[in-house]
Amino acid sequence: MELDLTDEQRMIQAMAREFAETAIRPIAVEIDREARFPHETVKRMGALGLMGIMVPERWGGSGADTVAYVVAVEEIAKACGSHAVIMSVNNSLYCDPLLTYGTDAQRERFLVPVAAGQANGCFALTESQAGSDARNQATLATRDGDSYVLNGKKQFISTGREASFALVFGQTDRAKAHHGISAFVVEKGAPGFGVSKTEDKLGIRASDTAELVFEDCRVPAASRLGEEGMGFTIAMGTIDGGRIGIAAQAVGLAAGAYERAVAYARERKSFGVPIGQHQMVQWMLADMATAIDGARLLTLRAATLKDAGKPFGVAAAMAKLFAAETAMKATTDAIQVHGGYGYIREYEVERYFRDAKITQIYEGTSQIQKLVIAREVLGRTAGRSA
Amino acid sequence: MKILVAIKQVPDTATQVKVGADGKAIDTAGITWIVSPYDEYAVEEALRIKEKRGQGEVVAVSLGPDRVKEAIRSCLAMGCDRAIHLNDPAWNDADTLTTAKALAAVIKQEAPQLVLCGRQAIDDDMGAVTAQLAELLGWPCAYWIMEETVDADGKSVRAARQAEGGLEVFDLPLPAILAAQKGLNEPRYPTLKGIMGAKKKEIKDVKAGDLGLGAEPPQLAVIGLEALPPRPPGRVIQGDVPAAVKELVRALREDAKAI
Ligand SMILES: Cc1cc2nc3c(=O)[nH]c(=O)nc-3n(C[C@H](O)[C@H](O)[C@H](O)COP(=O)(O)OP(=O)(O)OC[C@H]3O[C@@H](n4cnc5c(N)ncnc54)[C@H](O)[C@@H]3O)c2cc1C
Repeated sequence: MELDLTDEQRMIQAMAREFAETAIRPIAVEIDREARFPHETVKRMGALGLMGIMVPERWGGSGADTVAYVVAVEEIAKACGSHAVIMSVNNSLYCDPLLTYGTDAQRERFLVPVAAGQANGCFALTESQAGSDARNQATLATRDGDSYVLNGKKQFISTGREASFALVFGQTDRAKAHHGISAFVVEKGAPGFGVSKTEDKLGIRASDTAELVFEDCRVPAASRLGEEGMGFTIAMGTIDGGRIGIAAQAVGLAAGAYERAVAYARERKSFGVPIGQHQMVQWMLADMATAIDGARLLTLRAATLKDAGKPFGVAAAMAKLFAAETAMKATTDAIQVHGGYGYIREYEVERYFRDAKITQIYEGTSQIQKLVIAREVLGRTAGRSA
Repeated sequence: MKILVAIKQVPDTATQVKVGADGKAIDTAGITWIVSPYDEYAVEEALRIKEKRGQGEVVAVSLGPDRVKEAIRSCLAMGCDRAIHLNDPAWNDADTLTTAKALAAVIKQEAPQLVLCGRQAIDDDMGAVTAQLAELLGWPCAYWIMEETVDADGKSVRAARQAEGGLEVFDLPLPAILAAQKGLNEPRYPTLKGIMGAKKKEIKDVKAGDLGLGAEPPQLAVIGLEALPPRPPGRVIQGDVPAAVKELVRALREDAKAI
């Protein structure tokens, strides 16, 4: 297995690191406190090509691969978890399905501006009764001549308020249950499409999490992505890729907190020596370093499989599970290394801790990742509990 | 208009420099290499001139071993059109004059109208190559440039250099050489497209013989390198404020001789 990054991947990593250090880190505290969407830096990320990394140039993107995407997301997340999720949603949950399932006409209209970073996209699957149980869609998309009429509510949609385009899932045929789900691209400003609220959150506070409402919202049939009934397949395939991005976000959050913990362990003294000389502090740092490397390698493996066109779903679930758990543990311990100061906002590790929690929840909770992995371990039927 | 930018690969600014085993060079193990920051201003300015004029070519040139390719590639990723790599063991111990001679030979071949450099490389901080180059070529040269404008027909450049308390403005007939100071511009980040496209751009390898240059003994010999002595610890003056201030003033006057 190739463990070295290519020259291009290394340069992309270096660029993302420098951009994160100089442009994102200085505003990370403020946007978290104010829960403010960072338009200024997201636009710049778009111009740099960070919002459509895996999309070919022909469709407005950068023409790089999933490995490049992963190393870039990690660098951004090291500075700010909110920026990382905005980036990951745009790349994985919007651009990826548009590229994979879109017709050329759809790509031209709905993909090019988003991959080029001039507009943002979001992915609207979750509903109040359809989270882990995403099949249980209540949103209806009723065919009417050359269009569909959407009615329903989507919940917890990242970038939902700021996005110009939403990839929305709804039932076109209730009788067929999840085989009756279809996917649509809905443009901001379409009559009957509105944002009813945004959530006040524990972490990733600068990424807006919105409720989207569809009331007799008419969507042209030409905006349906894939065939009728393909929606659930599109959603699940898309989230498989998204999990690689969230794994990278989790690795970045863990690594960002870890770097701070190491610096602090060198500086802070107790009982006459730097705290890094106490074995129990060393223990925490050694565990962090090991888990972060493991999470990073799992993430890179999933990305490499995806780039090679091989099945990567289970590898992505493992990467996301392990990286999310690592992020939670490493950010908790980074606070511990900081002692009381870690609990204080000024020292910033507490933000990594708050941001890390969501990585265990979205794009499939840690429990759902275990289901996916166990199903593979036991064989598809044996693992299905209900 | 053809613009040539001379760049140098240097250790990252955050490097903890260690003296190497031979005591005459630094230990390069584990060093992260970057394009010298002042040279990045030069690259950025060259690209801006080209963009403003809507045409032209920006050629990056660097002298050094194989690892320098990485620095060259970042300049190509920023937007330089092609590059020349002066890469020959004959230049392993190149001093500033040898470097300037090699660069001058390339410049004669390439015949650019403008050459941009950084005001100095941040490794040894010599800041000599630009001036030596100007001397060898017989071209006008301005250092520490904060602003420049090339006139519409590309015959001259107005350059403002940092001087104490203000800017000193010169008109230089082209071809000329300018050395960039911090503040000239804000270098761009390479875009992903730029990075992905860099590999397709030409990097020409050039040896001393290709320029008609032979091995020359360096004019400058390094006798030895010494690490800086560790900084003595600071001193905290204890006691109540009036007494402490008195002691501080005394220490500044008598011990440090600072006031
Ligand atoms: C900040 C944020 C951003 C989000 N962004 C988006 C987005 O952009 N687009 C989008 O569509 N959705 C988004 N979501 C929704 C997210 O994906 C869901 O919240 C998540 O999938 C969990 O669903 P739920 O909240 O309904 O929890 P539930 O499904 O109700 O789960 C509750 C608990 O039960 C457990 N559980 C449920 N089923 C099982 C099972 N079969 N076996 C074992 N345990 C189980 C879960 O692991 C969890 O611990 C976002 C959520 C948040 C909070």
